[in-house]
Amino acid sequence: MLLSLMIFVPLFGMIVVLLLPRESEELIKRTTLAFTLVPLVLAVVLFVSYDRSSAGTQYFVNVPWIDAFNINYYIGIDGLSVTLLLLTALLGPICVLASWRNIEKGLKAYMALFLLLETGMLGFFAALDLFLFFVFFELTLLPMYFLIGVWGGPRREYAAIKFFLYTLFGSVLMLVAMIAVYLNSNVINGVAEGARTFDIPTLITLAGTTGHALADSTFQMWVFIGFFIGFAVKVPIFPFHTWLPDAHVEAPTAISVILAGVLLKMGTYGIVRVNMAMFPEGLDFFTNGAGFWGNSLALLGFINIVYGSFCALAQTDFKKLVAYSSIGHMGFVILGLAAGNSAGINGAILQMFNHGVISAMLFLLVGVLYDRAHHREINGFGGIATKMPVYTGITTLAFMASLGLPGLSGFVGEALSLLGAFQEFELITILSTIGIVVGAAYFLWTLQRVFLGQLNPKYEDLPEINRREIMTLVPLGILTIVLGIWPNFALDMFSESVTNLVNALNGI
Amino acid sequence: MEPLKNIESLAYFSPEILLVVFAAAVIISDLIVKNRESNIVAYISLVGLGCSLVAILVTNSFINSNEPISLFFGMIRLDGFAVFFKILLLLATAATILFSLRSEELDVRLKGEYYALLLAVTFGMFLMASSTNLLMIFISLETVSLTSYILAGFLTHSPRSSEAAFKYITYGAVASGTMLFGLSMLFGMAGTGDLMQISSQVAAVLDSGGVSTLTVLIAITFILAGIGYKIASVPFHMWSPDVYEGAPIPITAFLSVASKAAGFALFLRFFHVGFGKPEILQSIDWGLLLAIVSALTMTVGNLAALPQQNVKRLLAYSSIAHGGYLLMGAVLLTTEGLGAIFFYLIVYLFMNLGAFYVVVLVANEAGTEMIDGYRGLATRAPFVACAMAIFLFSLTGIPPLAGFFGKWVLFYAVIGEGLYWLAFIGLLNSVVSLYYYARIVKAMYLESTEDTDSFSFPTSTIALLSVFVVPTILIGFLPIFYTLSEKIILQ
Repeated sequence: MLLSLMIFVPLFGMIVVLLLPRESEELIKRTTLAFTLVPLVLAVVLFVSYDRSSAGTQYFVNVPWIDAFNINYYIGIDGLSVTLLLLTALLGPICVLASWRNIEKGLKAYMALFLLLETGMLGFFAALDLFLFFVFFELTLLPMYFLIGVWGGPRREYAAIKFFLYTLFGSVLMLVAMIAVYLNSNVINGVAEGARTFDIPTLITLAGTTGHALADSTFQMWVFIGFFIGFAVKVPIFPFHTWLPDAHVEAPTAISVILAGVLLKMGTYGIVRVNMAMFPEGLDFFTNGAGFWGNSLALLGFINIVYGSFCALAQTDFKKLVAYSSIGHMGFVILGLAAGNSAGINGAILQMFNHGVISAMLFLLVGVLYDRAHHREINGFGGIATKMPVYTGITTLAFMASLGLPGLSGFVGEALSLLGAFQEFELITILSTIGIVVGAAYFLWTLQRVFLGQLNPKYEDLPEINRREIMTLVPLGILTIVLGIWPNFALDMFSESVTNLVNALNGI
Repeated sequence: MEPLKNIESLAYFSPEILLVVFAAAVIISDLIVKNRESNIVAYISLVGLGCSLVAILVTNSFINSNEPISLFFGMIRLDGFAVFFKILLLLATAATILFSLRSEELDVRLKGEYYALLLAVTFGMFLMASSTNLLMIFISLETVSLTSYILAGFLTHSPRSSEAAFKYITYGAVASGTMLFGLSMLFGMAGTGDLMQISSQVAAVLDSGGVSTLTVLIAITFILAGIGYKIASVPFHMWSPDVYEGAPIPITAFLSVASKAAGFALFLRFFHVGFGKPEILQSIDWGLLLAIVSALTMTVGNLAALPQQNVKRLLAYSSIAHGGYLLMGAVLLTTEGLGAIFFYLIVYLFMNLGAFYVVVLVANEAGTEMIDGYRGLATRAPFVACAMAIFLFSLTGIPPLAGFFGKWVLFYAVIGEGLYWLAFIGLLNSVVSLYYYARIVKAMYLESTEDTDSFSFPTSTIALLSVFVVPTILIGFLPIFYTLSEKIILQ
């Protein structure tokens, strides 16, 4: 009940916002904020009341929906989903605050779409029925298309349709794989009997049952590919990543935050929830198999890390730099997941959460600067630190967290991922650390070019970061410090679920 | 159950009879009413459709769904399948009449003829959905075709409209001729026109060595040409873009939905009943042939829609593509496939008619059918733009809109038969279609225009638009629509 309430409060909020008069902008903003704060409160309640010692799903609701296909409204949370739900719910009000002043047209539609987007994201992380999972996954597409396309930068039309087409392409492959799984869900030893199902926990059990059609390794390999490409577009994993820099550069600040903070995590979450848990044989082929294919998933992680980092190094647009750094950091998640051991997966999930927090901060910070200077050219600034000391301080914190300074959250996730990956893929892991060095290089270099040196005379009277902007950044800043010192705060939530998953992967 | 005789059949034939009576009433009242601005004939037609709907429901309650009735010595059949299509066709006709009331392109002097013809074409489509005799099939098809030719050319002042009617009639005549030839061959082989007996009769003739399989193949291919023309499947689709572009917008909407639905009704009955168990034609892989036609139809439709600038023409190509999607459900004539077609037709009715209604409204206000006319619609008419976006994304098949659920059941049926390649082509086509549908959305939402005066629409227009928007959002969430194939049994 609590969970359903949390998912559908934003949807209800959307209807309320649509009914408000267009002119009363202040009211619209406050209403939206209220409707995003409710899920946050509920997420905190769930986070606190979640039974950490048990790995099973909790707070589940299972109501029949479309009987003809045995589709149920089935939601529930485990450690992984509750962590990401908290992240999503936290970024909701922050994004509303970040959109407070800089949405110049169609504020009502913007806020309504944002609330719809939030319902899609929250529902996705809670869904335990494969069909429902897919519907929520796709539900984020439409609002995102409009949010980028209508409120974005100069090349917004191109960026929006590119994002839409890429994601839809991935989704259709997922849809085929999903139907294939459903059709085979009642076939044992070549004989179909009983009802078919979309129930994810049941499907996971069936996929481990000897003789079941879902357990067939060739079948698992193909559906693994189908789902994987669907999620890979979202993460994004090389070579499906090219929509991301465009989308990020054109999207308004708050939407970039959601994109980097939550939408990318939908991809990796899907990989854990569906690909790894449901198709261990398929995963085995791409992580432990013989020859090239056995290293392929780790290689993709490696390419993301190194390629993303080098691309970031070459950028002169602040926002594009952060976007490419996202690609690099998501590579650590893939690498950790490919390791398939406890350290790797724990690290990957922690990195998902951390990256959500840190990249959200980075995009907010870019937005703050852009709102004042109206450009993002890194070389066009200089010496900003003298005019905006508080802003510089927060940015330094975010940069250090992102480049993996020990003591801040970014370090823990990456270190664990690498630790796990090193046990499985020594060479690839060693080479991946290049990404960390390059990461330090581009962040420090940016710090130097934008904040240090001679003050660019154009920015003599640059106003300092204001209270509302600080309010959006402080909770995220606190989280990076807390998780850096006390990572168990988050690790405890999902370590039991991860242990379960690892045991299943090892066939225990 | 024995087929009913002529007089006994009349009671069950009341929905059709009512349509004819009201068509006559329309013509007569048109003679009496002097005021050319009066819309009385349109309202009479609507009343006629309402009476017919009541008659359908009443006659339906008399019959046992498992024991359909054959009327007029087995010429037509009254079963759940026919009832379903009749209701669908009635809804489409009613929507067309409501669109026509709003449309400004129609000649006020020809109102009587226009609405009488609409009722007549609906009558013909009713027969298409229920014919079980080769002769009746042909007559019903011709009734529909002939009336459609006139309706397509109804804009007497527009050369485009005349061209449309001319192309339609030329192409249609060839297709009907070809089909008639096929029907006569089939009749010659089977010695009967009764669809129920043809299959066994042809099998007997084949067994006795009287005719070769090739002859049967040719006959059926010829018949397929006639049906393929009606549902605008490749390679018999060439007429449709020009006709759809030239015809009055309400008629285009009508042709793209009702005509296609009636064509599918005929197609399904002919193949499912006539050749439902095609063991007699084992040497020919009908499923594969239809699958290829389906794949080609959607691909050609979608690729041709990509560069279109005229929204009406774009929707014409898109409706060819949707014919291709629908054909996927017909490939193997499974229960799932039929159920998927029923479901998709309902969804398609609402989303496609809704999209055409917006075209009518924009054509009235902006005076153009081109995509440029949709620029800035989001600010000029927010509700209409929002509705159009919903229709277009539903046509693409984006969740949570009904179009997605419609495609889902279709792809499910196809993959269930192991035709992964066809599902894959269908899904890639959906991705391609996003691009051209999104171009209209882009014009409405992402582009602006110098003209910023907002359009104002009366409440009735908004209400009618909502009638299409609400089902387009909700149908997918209602479990009842997924079990249609259990209720609509085709025997």
